[in-house]
Amino acid sequence: MPPLSILLWLPFVCGLLGALASAVLARGGRTNAEASAGDASAASGRGAWGAPGVVALVGSLVALGLAIAYIADYKSGGAALQHVTDTVWISTLGIHYKLAVTGLNVFLLGLTTLLFAVATLAANLRSWERPRLFYFHFMLAESAVLGAFLAQDLALFVSFFDLMLIPFYFLIGGWGREPGRIKATIKLVIYTLVGSLLMLAAAIATGVLASQQGGGHITFVLSALHALPLSSGSQEWIFLFFAAAFLVKMPAFPLHGWMPDGYRAMPIEVLMVFSGVLSKVGAYGFLAIVLPLFPQAAVHFQTLMLLIALASILYGSAQAFSQTDARLIAGYSSVAQLGFITLGIFSLNSQGAQGALLQMVNHGLVVAPLLFIVGLLAKRTGGSEDVRQMGGLAFRAPVLASLFLVVALATLAIPGSSNFVGEFLILLGVFKAKLAIAIIAFSGVVLASVYALRLFIRAMHNRVGPSADSHEISILDGAVLAPLIAVIVFLALYPQLALHRSERSVKAAVASVQASTVPAQTVARVISGPRVVHRSATFADSVRTP
Amino acid sequence: MIPLATAHLKGPHIDFAGLSPLIALLGGSVLVLIVGLLGSRWIRAQAVPSLSLGALGAALGLTIWQWNAQKSIVSGALRIDDLALVLNLVLIAGAACTVLLAWRSLAAREAAHGEFHALLLSSVAGMSLLAAAQNTVALFVGLELLSIPLYVLCATELKREHSLESGLKYLIVGSVGSATLLYGLAMIYGATGTTDFAGIASALSNGSLATDPLTLTGVALCVAGLCFKSSIAPFHQWTPDVYEGAPTPVTAFMAVTTKVAAFGVFLRFFDVALIDTQVSWGPALAVLATITILVGNVGALGQSSLKRMLAYSSVAQAGYMLAGVVVSTQLGVRATVFYLAAYLFMNMAAFAVIVARERQTDLGDSIGALAGLGRERPLLAWPMTISMLALAGIPATAGFMGKFYLIDAAVSGGYTWLGVAIVVGSMISLGYYLPVIAAMWMREAPAATSPNDASVLAPTPGPLPALAGGSSELDEDGGPLSGSQPEVLVVAVLAGAATIFFGVIPQPLFDLVHGAGSGLGLF
Repeated sequence: MPPLSILLWLPFVCGLLGALASAVLARGGRTNAEASAGDASAASGRGAWGAPGVVALVGSLVALGLAIAYIADYKSGGAALQHVTDTVWISTLGIHYKLAVTGLNVFLLGLTTLLFAVATLAANLRSWERPRLFYFHFMLAESAVLGAFLAQDLALFVSFFDLMLIPFYFLIGGWGREPGRIKATIKLVIYTLVGSLLMLAAAIATGVLASQQGGGHITFVLSALHALPLSSGSQEWIFLFFAAAFLVKMPAFPLHGWMPDGYRAMPIEVLMVFSGVLSKVGAYGFLAIVLPLFPQAAVHFQTLMLLIALASILYGSAQAFSQTDARLIAGYSSVAQLGFITLGIFSLNSQGAQGALLQMVNHGLVVAPLLFIVGLLAKRTGGSEDVRQMGGLAFRAPVLASLFLVVALATLAIPGSSNFVGEFLILLGVFKAKLAIAIIAFSGVVLASVYALRLFIRAMHNRVGPSADSHEISILDGAVLAPLIAVIVFLALYPQLALHRSERSVKAAVASVQASTVPAQTVARVISGPRVVHRSATFADSVRTP
Repeated sequence: MIPLATAHLKGPHIDFAGLSPLIALLGGSVLVLIVGLLGSRWIRAQAVPSLSLGALGAALGLTIWQWNAQKSIVSGALRIDDLALVLNLVLIAGAACTVLLAWRSLAAREAAHGEFHALLLSSVAGMSLLAAAQNTVALFVGLELLSIPLYVLCATELKREHSLESGLKYLIVGSVGSATLLYGLAMIYGATGTTDFAGIASALSNGSLATDPLTLTGVALCVAGLCFKSSIAPFHQWTPDVYEGAPTPVTAFMAVTTKVAAFGVFLRFFDVALIDTQVSWGPALAVLATITILVGNVGALGQSSLKRMLAYSSVAQAGYMLAGVVVSTQLGVRATVFYLAAYLFMNMAAFAVIVARERQTDLGDSIGALAGLGRERPLLAWPMTISMLALAGIPATAGFMGKFYLIDAAVSGGYTWLGVAIVVGSMISLGYYLPVIAAMWMREAPAATSPNDASVLAPTPGPLPALAGGSSELDEDGGPLSGSQPEVLVVAVLAGAATIFFGVIPQPLFDLVHGAGSGLGLF
């Protein structure tokens, strides 16, 4: 296998190459793309297929191929960290450039590269003003997100976590929709960076305090920090700072203020990856960083986090079936779904956490096509994304309607879908942890079917909307949706693929929390290695799809 | 008789090697002044700046030659150690950028090139002296040598009222600051009986002098005086007005190099001479740092003038750096020096772009002058973008590394809350850095802007009365300033590139500042 750095930096290099190469090519005259921008946007639909876009597409496809290879190559019974790249980045600060594939991130890598490949394809279907800059930022975003997932050093993780927002700032501000694109983008960035910067302070404090306790040289490598647990007092404030960063990113209920404006302003291709991938970085951070490093605090704040999750589920669902903007329906449904994921993580047992991890992948796979379909629907209603303008679109577009139906059913977690397995595991986990919360959370499952079906019915059936002019999905638009739907169906048939590979890492992550409730001596032993964690191979198998 | 006398008289030993960077700067200053008197316009406009660049280059070379010297010179008044040498490098780099930015500027022309550059070089000499000072006399001499030329430089755009106002304001406030500091130094001398930093430290370490009211009053006055100089709240009120009024290259010079010199003194005076009174000034400075971070960042919100915005931002940055002084550990010293170097790159990139835009549009330093820059002139827009992101502390920039190091130092020194104050400040700062980026990349250029139409820059049309002190050249023509300005572009691009480079590969800079901390004898 090629080193992970290739997967990590390939998108960025492609974005840069695409920008530079076409800049050189365009030296002769004014750029092709710029000249064609005017008429192409008027024609809308026929894509630009300029050099930067094609180079970016190739890069994202190769990255997808690499990610699939890593998934195939992942050994469920192997070491906790596989394909490790570890070099010292800044020796003064003890920061390592350490990347690895783990059971936690292996499927998220697949999700990220898949969604970026699909979104790049979708972006190629229309022409952009200043395409070189657009694809440069787009690919930089992919590299930054991959970096956040791959990083095995706290400082490196924080760097990528903060960095990934910057390309999105440019993408939304530069290519977003009026009105209010600049306001929305500044709001989004300030909201999310406020959390991230608090996390920066907390991360530095973690490294410094842990090394002071250990008496050694400062280090930020996750495995080394894991061996140097902090006092519970420090853990608590550090936990809150990390939680702020991750909850804003998701977004969770009281911290979602940036979401409606941000979703409305984003170009749909950007929104696909933003909603599908970036929210997962927050959830991944809880699982990969917070639980192993701050186990006592996680136990201490468990009820608080579960209540936030519950509030997100209820609020998100209620909003999702009262909104009329199709984008915001998708947006608020994400709030609810991420609520479920948080719920699973903070059930603090392995079923809940496994369900959460599976649900992260599922949600990404579902929300991206949902948003793309919203974009397609808007083309059939004269640009409006209001469900009141839609209706009866299925009549002339049966293929689109059936693809939409698959996505909608997966969104509401119909039995048989992988989403069902995910939600089932989450609720099972919470049931064991806090019965009352689990019972209320069940209502979220019901609400999901209400808003998902409402969106589908109002858009595709009912009376033909006032400005609706339906036509069938084009081959290229279908090519964007096909891989996503194929993976949804595949995971529905075979969720064990994800469960098997993640099981060990999830258990190791949760084990440190469970260990923190037993006396200190055993903590050290349990934390010191995954070998203590007994692997029950039967668990994943026990979850059969009906 | 006379030969006999000289044989017996032994003058003090003068270490010319140690003094050589200072000699190069002061010699260059005199040379530039004389050459500036020559008649030819070409000599004044081209040879004079070239000569001052040459003097800075010589000082740079001599500084590098002195590397690892570790010695005291001028009977212990100055110390050549890694801290002094690293600060010298930063100062010289900052001054060289200023010379390039001022090459075609109105300020240099109105002040007659020779005088402008002579003042600039002598101010740098003062800073260099300050960075090496080992007793309170050298400290005060350095501070005045730094300040007095700056008062004049601020007022070099003779025909613009704001420039004159800025110079006058700076003169008055600066003098109050100097007087306060001098008073404080006198009190410390009164309490300890010595002007030497090491002497003060040893006097304070034994006996009850450290809690003596006279000492403490002296320390408090010194804090106030130095806070005036490095614009730390609540002594910062002059900063926005002076920065906005001064000619932009001079503002860049003030923003960067005076900070370097002032923090050099902070480190030497507080972390060496007054280290035993740390318990009394440490918490006070920590509170000042927090106030400064908040006041600077909140003040910068909503400013439409870029120079004013950067002035408040420099106040905030001073607050961050003060955190490194407060902890008084080697790590703190290193973090402060690292941040000073990063600060040089970040600010020079921003000021270079402002200088370029001032000459290209008639919007001056307003944020509107940047609208649509990303499309029109990406080579200017990128450095500005990088600079803003770095000042806000975004990863992959030197600013992020600097903040990381400062927070690291604060937490290690037991001032975790100060680390949190730094990130809270960064959060507020996004509120004014991001709109600048938005203006460049997300707004259309205003239709009224006519690039390269600099004739509007001539303040008032028609013949002007000859000014006393102004160069005769100015009275000859007040015509358009510039077409192309490659040297400004070079500064912007190099500073922007350095900001990214040291954000991705910071280890060389870390190694450079490593020795700076060890020299002070701290933990």
